[in-house]
Amino acid sequence: MTEDGIRCDGRRLDELRNISIKVGVLKNADGSAYIEFGKNKILAGVFGPRDVHPKHMANPDSGILRCRYHMSPFSVTERKNPAPSRREIEISKVIKEALQPAVILKDYPRTVIDVFIEVLQADGGSRCAALDAAAVALADAGIPMRDLVSACAAGKVADRIVLDVNNEEDQEGQADMPVALMPNIGKVTLLQLDGMLKPEEFKTCMQTALVGCKRVYEVQRKALMEKYFQNGEQ
Amino acid sequence: MMDVKRRYVIPGDIIATGPLRPEQNVYQDGDRMISTCVGISEIFENSVKVIPLTGGYMPKTNDLVIGKVIGTSPLSWEFDINSCFVGFLPAQDVFGRDYSPTKDELRQRLDIGDLVATRIANFDRSRDPLLTVQDRDLGKIESGELVEISPSKVPRLIGKRGSMIQTIEMATKAIITIGQNGWIVISCDDSEGLLKAVEAVKMIDALAHTPNLTERVKSMLGVPDGENNDTIND
Repeated sequence: MTEDGIRCDGRRLDELRNISIKVGVLKNADGSAYIEFGKNKILAGVFGPRDVHPKHMANPDSGILRCRYHMSPFSVTERKNPAPSRREIEISKVIKEALQPAVILKDYPRTVIDVFIEVLQADGGSRCAALDAAAVALADAGIPMRDLVSACAAGKVADRIVLDVNNEEDQEGQADMPVALMPNIGKVTLLQLDGMLKPEEFKTCMQTALVGCKRVYEVQRKALMEKYFQNGEQ
Repeated sequence: MMDVKRRYVIPGDIIATGPLRPEQNVYQDGDRMISTCVGISEIFENSVKVIPLTGGYMPKTNDLVIGKVIGTSPLSWEFDINSCFVGFLPAQDVFGRDYSPTKDELRQRLDIGDLVATRIANFDRSRDPLLTVQDRDLGKIESGELVEISPSKVPRLIGKRGSMIQTIEMATKAIITIGQNGWIVISCDDSEGLLKAVEAVKMIDALAHTPNLTERVKSMLGVPDGENNDTIND
């Protein structure tokens, strides 16, 4: 990073990478989205509500949410074994738990909503990007939600708090903190921290991440509006 | 924004605040009315609702649905009703009270793959929907073309007091059976009329959210304007 706060990829401290989202890219899924978050390229597909298999997993009071985060073997520089790794299992779990407060599962007893996330290219912050795509795909599938979920990371690199940490900064930096937010309700659904921050740094880091989430939300909103209302006026 | 009653919304959008009653696809958070799906919000005198633009079919008692037989058990047929739940038609509904599994063969009346117009007799959270064919116009569909549209667009296809569907039926001389689950059977003696009716239904599915749809359908079908002027402007 340079003296005046220009980062390794030319961004300012509080600048996001370029984000673009496309809605409804998979024909066979009930809802889907494709996100490009900097160099991250991620597909998310939602199936359901549908019958639960195996049947013993079904909940008679409410629906259940299942999530699978998977990285393609070609998504990173060194070939990745396609079997689910410890890291992927963890990310599947945290994404599921980040989406669960937003999705209204009570309306669909004895059913399951499956979210499949495939990382085609990874470049740091892929869990946040995956979460953003999954939330849009859920909305595309018409699953009732209290709010969208927008996620963005912040971190500490070269003793400064930066927004949206990329792979290089993640490797060299001192801390990485992914945050997910339901922007209209103002509730945080995911908060992880890898590294160490002082209490004051944590506060600024959190603020930075929340601002990032709100900016991501605008992109998500625009993508959904484009898909559903492009040939109608407001 | 004062007089706007209709608005395009996505999950999490605050439609209104104040003492209102949340209806379809709206939930209440304090005094805020929040949309739970992608659709068009409508604010009435004391209630708010959102007409969804996406999503599957949720069975409702008394809905007419078109089902496809997917299996039989000794005492009932199982139907695919384009929903996350499987519909059940008890054998007694077709054979009468003296039905006996040893004597009567279910497959002789309705075989796998048959399309049947049925009504939902009963459905609640704890049970799969119970179907019936005990009514006028219900029963096996012998001929016609099956068109699948999004269940959320069925009300638009019917139009206000059935105006849209009457327009199509009159212009093409086709008989159209609409299942609330988004499955539609069109039958017509004249093959040209059939093609036109299918095209009109597909057009409504694609352009459901655009204004002046009745006019567009009329011009597509070649109906002179003006005589039946009950356009819906949403």
